[in-house]
Amino acid sequence: MPVLELRDVTKVFPGVLANDRVSFSLERGEILALLGENGAGKSTIMNVVYGLLSAEGGEILVDGQPVRIRSPRQAIDLGIGMVHQHFMLVEPLTVTENIVLGREPGKYGVIDFKTARMRVEEISDRYGLKVDPDARIVDLPVGMQQRVEILKALYQGARVLILDEPTAVLTPQEVRELFRVVRSLVDEGLSVVFITHKLEEVMAVADRILVMRAGRVVGETKPADTDDIGLARMMVGRDVVLRVEKGESVPGEPVLEVSDLRVMGDRGLEAVSGVSFSVHGGEVVAVAGVSGNGQTELVEAVIGLRRPAGGTIVLKDADITQANARRSIEAGVSHIPEDRHRRGLVLQFNLAENMVLGDHRVAPYTNAGIMKPKVITAMAKKRIADYDIRTPSETVSAENLSGGNQQKVVVAREIGRNPDLLVAAQPTRGLDVGAIEFVHRQILEERANGKAVLLVSLELEEVLSLADRILVMFEGRIGREFGPGEADAETLGYYMTGGGGEKLSEDAPYATTAEVRASSGTGLQDGARGEAE
Amino acid sequence: MTEAHETTPIQKRWMGAALKVGTPLISAALAIGVGSIIVWASGYDPGAAFAALFQGALGTPKAIGDTMLKSTPLILTGLAVAYGFRAGLFNIGAEGQLFMGGLATVALGLALGDVSWFLAVPLMIVAAMAAGASWAFIPATLKARIGAHEVITTMMFTYIGRYLVGWLVNGPMKEPGGIPQTYALPANAQLPRIASLFSEGAKGAVPLLNLGRAHLGIVVALLAALAVWLILKYTTLGYENRAVGYNRWASETAGISVQWTTVKALCISGALAGLAGAVEVMGVHHRLFDQFSSGFGFTGIAVALLAKKHPLGVIPAAFLFGALAAGAGTMQFQADVPQKIISIIQALVIFFVAAEEIVLWFVRRRQKEAMSHAG
Repeated sequence: MPVLELRDVTKVFPGVLANDRVSFSLERGEILALLGENGAGKSTIMNVVYGLLSAEGGEILVDGQPVRIRSPRQAIDLGIGMVHQHFMLVEPLTVTENIVLGREPGKYGVIDFKTARMRVEEISDRYGLKVDPDARIVDLPVGMQQRVEILKALYQGARVLILDEPTAVLTPQEVRELFRVVRSLVDEGLSVVFITHKLEEVMAVADRILVMRAGRVVGETKPADTDDIGLARMMVGRDVVLRVEKGESVPGEPVLEVSDLRVMGDRGLEAVSGVSFSVHGGEVVAVAGVSGNGQTELVEAVIGLRRPAGGTIVLKDADITQANARRSIEAGVSHIPEDRHRRGLVLQFNLAENMVLGDHRVAPYTNAGIMKPKVITAMAKKRIADYDIRTPSETVSAENLSGGNQQKVVVAREIGRNPDLLVAAQPTRGLDVGAIEFVHRQILEERANGKAVLLVSLELEEVLSLADRILVMFEGRIGREFGPGEADAETLGYYMTGGGGEKLSEDAPYATTAEVRASSGTGLQDGARGEAE
Repeated sequence: MTEAHETTPIQKRWMGAALKVGTPLISAALAIGVGSIIVWASGYDPGAAFAALFQGALGTPKAIGDTMLKSTPLILTGLAVAYGFRAGLFNIGAEGQLFMGGLATVALGLALGDVSWFLAVPLMIVAAMAAGASWAFIPATLKARIGAHEVITTMMFTYIGRYLVGWLVNGPMKEPGGIPQTYALPANAQLPRIASLFSEGAKGAVPLLNLGRAHLGIVVALLAALAVWLILKYTTLGYENRAVGYNRWASETAGISVQWTTVKALCISGALAGLAGAVEVMGVHHRLFDQFSSGFGFTGIAVALLAKKHPLGVIPAAFLFGALAAGAGTMQFQADVPQKIISIIQALVIFFVAAEEIVLWFVRRRQKEAMSHAG
């Protein structure tokens, strides 16, 4: 008998059929991957199961019994636990305090911390989830925080564990460790639902794969019976190029020259400590690294959002070290921000307004402070057509577009400005495979047009497929530079976490202090705001 | 999601537009509904009360004139607050800027002496706007430079402004006599009543021209609303103002100076409030005394909220509040319902606008029900 079964579950949001008669079952000791693009309804259906959303139709059975789950509390009582993409931990509290929160052992309102700590250790030993019960959450790296979330679900008695995009925030090493943990959980008889849009993950970890598209289950398969091309086709509904082909690099004159750059971070500590590199025309230079190692500050310095504390930034022959964002744009720097909702778009603005952002004060879009709606509209219409942005018109607010189309708006604007240098910070974050393909093509197009591209990405796959040269950034410094074809994901991952000697062996233990320290910092979490489904 | 399942963005836009206009209407209707219950519960006849209220606000040309009179400063203070809102700023101190506007108007009007109306009035308007803007400038600079919250600083400046005017009309600018007020403005420095612009014959032929105390300030206010709307829609100034109001991070990334935009927005807001002071002084009182504003700056906040921060929406919103104020007297006189009930209704409007989520919740639930029936 399946531990969890869904029959024809339907979830309607105003105007949107988010889940259309979704049926599946989850067996004991099974890892079921729920694969689909952003907006396919994966998270929605599992939020229904977890009691965060209520379904309009269908039924849910736990251990063969029909149940109505109205709140997470009920879900937990039924043995269903969920770890969300954004952790729900109380940062100043310790691991133990977080795990027992809501179900503290003790009497008369006094918490029995000794028992609590003991139980946490017990569970952590049993499932091989090592963690310091007395550590405070703020001091833990993201991978560890996730582990605390899992422990919390186990403490609450979960037999079914739902993991919503669990790898979005992790380094390759942490991902591997998570997979090991998930394996050990199912060996202990738990069942896991693994929500993801990453193909290689389902191939690596899943027992069974359920593919969702547009709110429906469109297919079911096993890793042995398919490959990533087949899965991508099922997901998107058409053939997808997973790795965009690129021609030979023809580097031209240097466009961006950064020397001995020093930049302070928000906390008053030096975030970029003497970084030097150059980007030539017709070349993609990637900065790889775990989030929070100074990439954001580096980008902000280059695009004029942050004044460097030392060093120089030269664009072609102009010194833009002290330029503000406006001068930087005028000098020929375009920027695809890592967080399109925060820095890339004004969501309440319509597409035309968004596409003129940054160029709104210059001709031909404005004359003497009066904007020219006709010119702007014409420009927006052209870009909507050129970049295949799916929208009924340019007067629609950006917030009404899907994540992929929103990113196309940003890309259209930044590339459409015809810059000398394109700074692309995590340009495909939260996008699905179809949109990733598009963005990658655009970046390579810029390269082919002789433009300089500085790519900052946490996705190694992206770095490897786009970059001509790769700079690995760790703790504010460039630890290592790789030429074309010199690096693979494993090597990069190693240098990203501060390694510098021999290559990491396949089964290296996870929680070495160096790695924990290396990947620490909340930056990763910030850096992982995926698309809400 | 495939297109078939999704609400198309066009539909969403229409739904958005309907909500924009619909929710203020619902809020106002709810306020009047609950107000009726309160009237009834207090032992009065709500039917008679609202009939009298309507009579007093819109029943006769003179009543309409009164409503226009009361709406005029509210349009301008509503615009002031709305413009600030559009930059993400809450100018709670429009009242103080209005006082400074009134002060500058009277000071200049009395100093100008015998010049042409066509010179005096525009000059006084400019002076009032400059005074309002300068009164907002220090809070604006504090906000931009060190992040001091404008709700605190503009409020504090309101006290300074009011007491400054209070002192002036009791001391240096006081007209001889027992009443703490300034000299009256000469006729060349006044905004004439609309009714006085038409001949008795014309008013006989078109009774609607007998607009009582309504003055030319309403035209100034309507033009200001139009101007603010055009600025927000068609100029880089307005574009940057809205961009910063919606998303300062994206604005900053696009090279917009958030600080400078903040300063400009609060100063323009202050200028509009100052203009409200000018028309109130030039059109109604023709002099300054420390009670010359009945809280127009504060009611302007409610007007801006009811208008959904839209400069043209400010006009009907101000009209509603103006009508309530104009009809209050008649309501007390005819239906014997205390005027204070109007304050309650005004408060209810603010409450329901602020509690828009409640209204939206009802709307969404209706949509949801409709959908589940359809499905």
